[in-house]
Amino acid sequence: MSLVYNEDQLQLLDSARDFLAARSPVAAQRALRDEKSPLGYDPKVWEGMIELGWSAVALPEEHGGLNFGFAGFAPLFEQIGRHLTASPMLSSIVLCAGLIEQLGSADQKALLPALICGEKRFALALEECARHQPETCSLIARKTSEGYRLSGRKVWVADAQGADSWLVVARSEAGQRAIFIVPADTQGVSVSPRQMIDARNMAELTFEDALVEASALLACGNTENALERVLEQGRTCLAAELLGLSETLFEMTIDYLKTRVQFDAAIGSFQALQHRAARLYIELQLARSAVMGAFECLERTADNAAECARLSSLAKWKANQAAQLISNEAVQMHGGIGVTDEYDLGLYLKRIRLAQAQLGHSEFLARRYAEASQGNS
Amino acid sequence: MSDLEAFRAETRAWLEANCPASMRTAMPSDEMVWGGRNLEFKHEDQRLWFERMRDKGWFCPDWPSEYGGGGLDHQHLAILEAEMRRLRCRPPQINLGIWMLGPVLLEYASEEQKQRFLPPMARGEVRWCQGFSEPNAGSDLASLRTSAVLDGDDYVINGTKIWTSYGNKSDWMYALVRTGPMVPKQAGISLIVLDMQSPGVTVTPIDLISGKSSFCQVFFDNVRVPKSQLIGQVNEGWKLAKALLQHERRAMSKFSEFALPTHFDLDEFLQRCLPQPTSADEVVLHQRAIACMMNEEAYSLTNRRMTDSLRARQDVSGLMAISKLVHSEQEREKFELLLELLGHEALGWEGQGFSPRDLELTGAWLMSYAQTIAGGSSEVQLNVIAKRVLGLPDAK
Ligand SMILES: Cc1cc2nc3c(=O)[nH]c(=O)nc-3n(C[C@H](O)[C@H](O)[C@H](O)COP(=O)(O)OP(=O)(O)OC[C@H]3O[C@@H](n4cnc5c(N)ncnc54)[C@H](O)[C@@H]3O)c2cc1C
Repeated sequence: MSLVYNEDQLQLLDSARDFLAARSPVAAQRALRDEKSPLGYDPKVWEGMIELGWSAVALPEEHGGLNFGFAGFAPLFEQIGRHLTASPMLSSIVLCAGLIEQLGSADQKALLPALICGEKRFALALEECARHQPETCSLIARKTSEGYRLSGRKVWVADAQGADSWLVVARSEAGQRAIFIVPADTQGVSVSPRQMIDARNMAELTFEDALVEASALLACGNTENALERVLEQGRTCLAAELLGLSETLFEMTIDYLKTRVQFDAAIGSFQALQHRAARLYIELQLARSAVMGAFECLERTADNAAECARLSSLAKWKANQAAQLISNEAVQMHGGIGVTDEYDLGLYLKRIRLAQAQLGHSEFLARRYAEASQGNS
Repeated sequence: MSDLEAFRAETRAWLEANCPASMRTAMPSDEMVWGGRNLEFKHEDQRLWFERMRDKGWFCPDWPSEYGGGGLDHQHLAILEAEMRRLRCRPPQINLGIWMLGPVLLEYASEEQKQRFLPPMARGEVRWCQGFSEPNAGSDLASLRTSAVLDGDDYVINGTKIWTSYGNKSDWMYALVRTGPMVPKQAGISLIVLDMQSPGVTVTPIDLISGKSSFCQVFFDNVRVPKSQLIGQVNEGWKLAKALLQHERRAMSKFSEFALPTHFDLDEFLQRCLPQPTSADEVVLHQRAIACMMNEEAYSLTNRRMTDSLRARQDVSGLMAISKLVHSEQEREKFELLLELLGHEALGWEGQGFSPRDLELTGAWLMSYAQTIAGGSSEVQLNVIAKRVLGLPDAK
């Protein structure tokens, strides 16, 4: 792979653009918000994505995947960002299927085809703090004769509502990290929805001595590398989504600069705004290069863990930075209309802030980059 | 093995066998080799490296071999550059003619001019300087006034050029001159090349804040230049100048990728000065340094993306337009950070008590300002991006 899309990726990009433009225009996202849909996404659109093979791109054929490679997600998430489309792609496929593929037993891997074809949907319950802090884990799993008892709390679980199971990151009594596949109907788990600015599916999970069978254990003690890997993949997908979101806002803004007339001139003829617009373009280009670099790295299966940690951190960091700047400038350059709910800009701004916070804000990513650069990732 | 992979293996082997070990280290500024009439080498290794690369045609690897180049296409060129970077080979010589004028001659000069000027350039026999800017024509280059009036077979040149880098050490100049009436201003400009030893040329060096004086003002007093040295059509020099400035920006955006003396590795200094940040101020400084390194890596990925895009035959004009601006600003920011990391050690001027490398750093920091001005200031670059890349309208 190189840092530009190849023929196959371009085909994915085209078909994603056509599909989302027809089935998931921004107005559809607005409607989901207005009707306060608890799922936060349109199951019909999700079905369509599955039919197009999106959920299968990165997984191997033996588990029902297409074996296209991780880089197939780049054009897909970029288009998801552009169209502001909500879906369980990240939660159920990239994160959960990714973990099961790496850590699962043969029986557990048998779940993969069901995830790919949408028969089942999983969500990852990882966070316990306001900011992304994957190492923090106090939800405890106590071994019993029947299985395990889970106690504790998980916050900011994306797509938790309506999921069939959650992959729950816990800590064993011996202090090791463990991951469980917890069915949503497990006794002792309660789900409290959290209404977020992007109107997507988010909830807090509380576990009160929730009993799961021994077979629910996905892995214990040897989870770190796999968890890091999927988080890096997730960050890179989010970075592509942020890129699509930012590029759309940027284009909206450039159009506006060309058409909005004040003082008898298009406001885009004012140098004060031209220079700022040019700087946004620069940040977008740097972000795109960083995102492409991370996809290229993750696509290779060789032993390049430190490089993947470095480049995926760089990708989301740069995408976060570009999105921050572009969303702020977009509102500012639009003037009053930029702060109205009627105009789509605000929807993008709100989604951008969520995507920035998910799986790592900029300071977290800078720290990870620094650690990975020293080789102790 | 594909042709490209075979070329990579061959090139690697050749460089390993032919690039002396001492030419694979960071280059102190007094060890730069400039091509020209008065070639100077400090070591035998410099001479060897210069002559071997010259004989390969690799001073200008992508020029046609009939004019002394290496005849490589852009894919082979990218491999050569990558292999040179891998071994940290120094540039065998520095030569503005090759970087900027050569490509323009290839595109616009007559066959006779190509034959006359390109092969010596490709052998590093002439040192060139650029006579574009004038005291009242910097960013607004098209308002230049140095005049060239035809008299028989010669143009007679009067006027002055300023900020001519290495004007005092160069053999020849490529200059923009006014051959037509003043209005409209872009339409009366021509590109002409001249020998700096011509009667009537006077050169005065100007000191820089870095302590160097590579900058000059050049005066022309009835300087006679044969008509055959006008490049391209008369009054059409502006088009050539624009092409030339693009080559200049491309060359500038690559500066620190090679082992140029201005290259300082931030990470290396971070390890040296701040291995374990503890206090709040150290943490803040450390974070700024990390951000700076991340931006540098995003820039270098952008360069790779530009090469990949070219190969995929995509339009790279947008990426080219941001390149010099981003690079020069990142460099300046990096030097500011290095200054803070080293504290007073980085603020020495000369003599005892400072390591030569740290003194070099101070000079490089002061020179980094020049890069955000030379070749079109950052503001002018932003104008170009806004108008040509983003299509924003002109002011009324
Ligand atoms: C290290 C170095 C080497 C150089 N070498 C050479 C050389 O070899 N040959 C040569 O011919 N020239 C050379 N130059 C000259 C260089 O090209 C000019 O300095 C440059 O184009 C800026 O012109 P100026 O210095 O006259 O500044 P000015 O054009 O007077 O600019 C002053 C300030 O106004 C800003 N400004 C000007 N116009 C605009 C505008 N339209 N919009 C917004 N802001 C604007 C500029 O960005 C700058 O901040 C060199 C310069 C440097 C620093």
